[in-house]
Amino acid sequence: MPDREEVRLEGPAPPVAPPEEEGRAAGEEVAAAAERVTLAAAAVRGVGWQERFVVPVLAVVVALAVGALVIVFTSEEPLREWAGFFRDPLEALRASGRVVADAYLALFRGALGSANALSETLLVAIPLVYTGLSVAFGFRAGLFNIGAEGQLTAGAILASAAGFSLTGLPGPLVVGAVVLAGFVGGALWGAVPGLLKAKTGAHEVITTIMLNFVAGFLALYLLQTAFFRRPDRLDPISKPVLEAFPRVFGTGVRLHAGFLVALLVAALVAWVLNRTTVGFEFQAVGANPDAARAAGMSPTRTFVVVMALAGGIAGMGAANQLLGVTPSLTPGFSSGFGFDGIAIALLGRARPAGVVAAALLFGILRNGSRSLQAATQIPVDIVTVITALVILFVAAPSLVRAIFRLRRGAGRPAGLGVGWGP
Amino acid sequence: MTVTVGALARGGVSARRERAVGIFLLLLAAAVAFGFGLGTGAGLDSRFGLNPGGEVLFKVPDLVVPTRVTAYVLGGVLAFLAGVQLTRGFGRRTNVVLGVSVLLFILAFLTWAARGGGFNLLGMLQSTLRASVPITFGALSGVLCERAGVINIAIEGMLLSGAFMGALVGSVADNLWVGLLAGAMVGAVLGWMLGVLAIRYRVDQIIAGTVIYLLAIGMTSFLSARFLQRNQELNSPGRFQPIRVPFLSDVPVLGPVVFHQNVFVYLMLFLVLAIHVGLFYTRWGLRVRAVGEHPRAADTVGIRVLFTRYRNVVLGGIVAGIGGAYFTLGSVGRFDELMTGGRGFIGLAAMIFGRWNPIGAFGAALVFGFADSLQVRLSILQVPIPSEFLLMAPYLATILVVAGAVHRARPPAADGKPYVKE
Amino acid sequence: MRLELRGITKRFPGVLANDHVDLTVEEGEIHALLGENGAGKTTLMNILYGLYRADAGEILIDGRPVQFASPRDAIAAGLGMVHQHFMLIPVFTVTENVVLGVETTGPLGLLDRRRAAGKVREISERYGLEVPPDALVEELPVGVQQRVEIVKALYRNAEVLILDEPTAVLTPQETEELFEVMRSLRAAGKSIIFITHKLKEVLAVADRITVLRRGRVMGTTTPAETSEEELASMMVGRAVELAVERAPAQAAEPVLEVRDLVVLDDRGQVAVDGVSFEVRAGEILAVAGVQGNGQTELVEAITGLRPAVSGSVRILGRELAGASPKQVLRAGVAHVPEDRQRDGLILDFSVADNLVLNTFDVPPFARGIVRDERAVERAAQERVAAFDVRTSSLRAPVATLSGGNQQKVIVARELSRPIRLLVASQPTRGLDVGSVEYIHRRLLEKRDQGVAVLMVSVELDEVLALADRIAVMYRGRIVDVLPAAEATREGVGLLMAGGSLEEAAASA
Repeated sequence: MPDREEVRLEGPAPPVAPPEEEGRAAGEEVAAAAERVTLAAAAVRGVGWQERFVVPVLAVVVALAVGALVIVFTSEEPLREWAGFFRDPLEALRASGRVVADAYLALFRGALGSANALSETLLVAIPLVYTGLSVAFGFRAGLFNIGAEGQLTAGAILASAAGFSLTGLPGPLVVGAVVLAGFVGGALWGAVPGLLKAKTGAHEVITTIMLNFVAGFLALYLLQTAFFRRPDRLDPISKPVLEAFPRVFGTGVRLHAGFLVALLVAALVAWVLNRTTVGFEFQAVGANPDAARAAGMSPTRTFVVVMALAGGIAGMGAANQLLGVTPSLTPGFSSGFGFDGIAIALLGRARPAGVVAAALLFGILRNGSRSLQAATQIPVDIVTVITALVILFVAAPSLVRAIFRLRRGAGRPAGLGVGWGP
Repeated sequence: MTVTVGALARGGVSARRERAVGIFLLLLAAAVAFGFGLGTGAGLDSRFGLNPGGEVLFKVPDLVVPTRVTAYVLGGVLAFLAGVQLTRGFGRRTNVVLGVSVLLFILAFLTWAARGGGFNLLGMLQSTLRASVPITFGALSGVLCERAGVINIAIEGMLLSGAFMGALVGSVADNLWVGLLAGAMVGAVLGWMLGVLAIRYRVDQIIAGTVIYLLAIGMTSFLSARFLQRNQELNSPGRFQPIRVPFLSDVPVLGPVVFHQNVFVYLMLFLVLAIHVGLFYTRWGLRVRAVGEHPRAADTVGIRVLFTRYRNVVLGGIVAGIGGAYFTLGSVGRFDELMTGGRGFIGLAAMIFGRWNPIGAFGAALVFGFADSLQVRLSILQVPIPSEFLLMAPYLATILVVAGAVHRARPPAADGKPYVKE
Repeated sequence: MRLELRGITKRFPGVLANDHVDLTVEEGEIHALLGENGAGKTTLMNILYGLYRADAGEILIDGRPVQFASPRDAIAAGLGMVHQHFMLIPVFTVTENVVLGVETTGPLGLLDRRRAAGKVREISERYGLEVPPDALVEELPVGVQQRVEIVKALYRNAEVLILDEPTAVLTPQETEELFEVMRSLRAAGKSIIFITHKLKEVLAVADRITVLRRGRVMGTTTPAETSEEELASMMVGRAVELAVERAPAQAAEPVLEVRDLVVLDDRGQVAVDGVSFEVRAGEILAVAGVQGNGQTELVEAITGLRPAVSGSVRILGRELAGASPKQVLRAGVAHVPEDRQRDGLILDFSVADNLVLNTFDVPPFARGIVRDERAVERAAQERVAAFDVRTSSLRAPVATLSGGNQQKVIVARELSRPIRLLVASQPTRGLDVGSVEYIHRRLLEKRDQGVAVLMVSVELDEVLALADRIAVMYRGRIVDVLPAAEATREGVGLLMAGGSLEEAAASA
């Protein structure tokens, strides 16, 4: 809080209520509030720069460090040296250092080493921007959307159907239709858990995870129908979307205009959340649905609308993939985008700008991991480990603070309502 | 109390749900009578096999019923239940009636599916019990944690890790029991981690659980890609063979189903009873439930709240770890990435449907196990339903349960709420 | 057992909660600890009970110094506490609650419920407590739950019982029964520390009275040596006007008309059972009653937070039963909710945002869907000044404010828009005397401006001080509506306990 100045008060001071009495009460209230600070609030209000920047950065650092340990203890050479630690302790450390340095160097070189590498990194980051925004949007309204994966798949189903069946139309029109279809597909899939929560109180975490599975099977089934299936192939793969985003960054690289669209969506989300009455209502519901309802807002409507919008945003990610990278829908279409979205939303503190930054970081990790595997045989799944570690440390800032002996910040991280809903 | 209580209109919800359940039952009845009854040619019979293969002491004749008449009878029973529900309501027993009705529906469905042919009911029951094993372990893990007031949404991750460690350690040690122990241990470690995050650092328990779930996915996928896939000898632990209980296994129908199974099934049955007795008839259980209902009250009478929670979360982790080991050591004999396929979340739903009660949870797990084993069995019968839809069944059932049962069920009052000592 | 506290001092960040407090409780004595909210009574008792550690001072039992690191130690030393919020587990039986932590078990740790129930019955009979050992606690009335707490302490062989604001949840009749129990415990040689802020009760039951103000002992006296007025001024530190000054009401046309309203509670039970009444412009109708007799549900139904099963709620002739909270508040209804932190405020949001929580989407605070933050800030500035809200900044989270100032934020928000009806539920609960007086003044001011005021309070003193008419609620029904001029403390008290008008008249 920049201004600690006392607001000028006119009007008479109350007759009693001595200052220390007030102070005591205030102290207790603060303690009570610390219990209630929600993620939405921690992300937006009353939280200092430490909470917003230092903790996420340190979380990444710790995650990379722990990831390094995982690499060391799953690599043969350092393991061998550690086994003979007492023979030559320095060599054990050196071997470990070598392996880790090799690994991370390969990773970052592969991700940022050339214009093409950078383009690929940004390309990988785009769907992550969408899923990250999707999860972040839910967070701000107190909803934990683990269903971006399924929503993206649902979006992909509608978007690919629109893409390959709308032939003969002008290109830009098809592109628009695909994006819209992706949004609608994701929104429909996202609205279901929203409706279930609003009508029955079913916790969105369970329903969205279950719908992820259902979406996967649905896609698998549809890919075997004549409507979707590519006639010349035996494996389940859809007819391709023939139109694509224009390559506005030059024809030498694969990066396309979809990147700009993603940034635009991020800006739009930020505007809605921070400047509009609906955004205010969403966040009020997220922070205290009871008070929001008493003030005339509608938590149930908010659950549905927010989940639908969050799903729609994830679905746009699918449209982006169809129009820029993989023109056909396949069973493995969403390769963990939804789960990375959770990490990205947490790391970006549920703010659109933070989400974009975090998505870029994950783009680096994901893209670099291919070079990592090629150079060192360390499986790309190491990125999943690092992702989980990032989430762990971001979700528990007190853990990071304990590691770095930082002083306690104003807010606690998480708190999306407590318990099972009703 | 929680997010949704106030979000929904206060009061007046249950009556609507009573009606919804009644209408659901009515629909089931109609589907049975018209779909399976009218939809079958007259004079067809359905044959249910009740004998295991091989030598048996008592041979039971196959059950042969007229398809159409059976459908009408079952439809009638369902209609009767619907009538009672709509007029008087079953009150607290609604969940049980709902479960029974679903079973009746499935029975009618099987009768229809076996029309004009035969179907090995015994095999179905055996596979149902086996399919319910990991779900039950998951549900019991949930019961142990949530009765002490900690939401465990990481069950899926614990199952997955238990499966992985069971396979790896079981293979390396060339001993199934050591593998089982390793599965239990990794579960304990994850449980302890959940405890640290949820109890010590008071991270939102849903987020803490999700983090551990994601970490388990990452670690097992990474380690599996790094080791198991390249060295098959690290991924061939073997399997526990069924143990025939003398005499009991000769009891017709029930004998082969229950008493000719491997150690996991016996362990499961033992744990269901032990945890039930423990929770409701011992000092230990009284204190655990006190901590889950009203930790401050427990604290004021000298019960160590945080210790109790840690202990139960670790116990829950052990139970889930053992349940995970079932996948590799009791069922498949090999670890595959993501092989648990959401059974942990289904277990959570079973726990809710079973009202946080071990026996209830087991009953619910049987229903889910039935849905799970349906897919394999029905593909033999060549039912004209795409297998993908059958694969969706357990996930859709979970959504229905969470949406339908949550309002009736009353979780432990302090479930999910961190405890701060004064 | 003789209990002595010497020089107890406890400091919280920025506050001296207890400042060299001395207190002696003799064996077989009822010792009242009197003080208003925030005077340090609860802190002192938490220290005595081992929940807090004192910064200085000592505790002596029968002359020997003792140290309590936890409630376990305090219980072992013979102390028993009945907390203001009961430490009972609603889904457990009475016996289970009583034995929790000191269970009698058979082999394998199996509970011996029967033996425990026998002992509970025995204790209950010995002191005339009448608790059913096998009943679920949640199904018992509050008065009985409170006796379960007493049994719980006695089961642990308590010699000194601490009762923290025990009458807050009781009817006057239940209070009288509690006093009987207290006297019978005293006769059995037990000592009781009776914590309260209610002067009449202290005079009725205590042997000695110690008054606490701002963490310091103001003096110890006996009922014979003192009076209500003297105790009040000791407690507050100045002469207190026990009555609020006010002009007679100028009641005009009815603003709120409630007819045959039926409302269910969260468990689906009938909480409001065919209630009818009206509130006129320019009058305060106070709903009196013991907590949990349907007042909460009544208010929620009127404000649109809870659906009505049947009946009608008309505001200025417009039917609003079944309307949404938004429709109700747009119809000119202001609501000061009972649970301000749950229903009234978004604690993480700034003071400014909380001040426009129900007007954020209308001009001048929004144009279309775009918020005008500058207009919000301007309005907040004015309201903070007009309603004397003490805050470090308009952007500070409202959570950082004291309870009194949080309530002022709500009042400022609700009274700053054009309203015809003000619904205020427990408007002064938990506030210090200064804030209480302030809120009362504001309620009367609105009444005098012609607003209809519906106030719900469990504090009989508040009801008698403010109301023009009093509606008494008992078990979901309004048993009577009487003009304030005809109401007496005893009469209203009897009605609150379900007594009839004739009885009320007889006792008046």
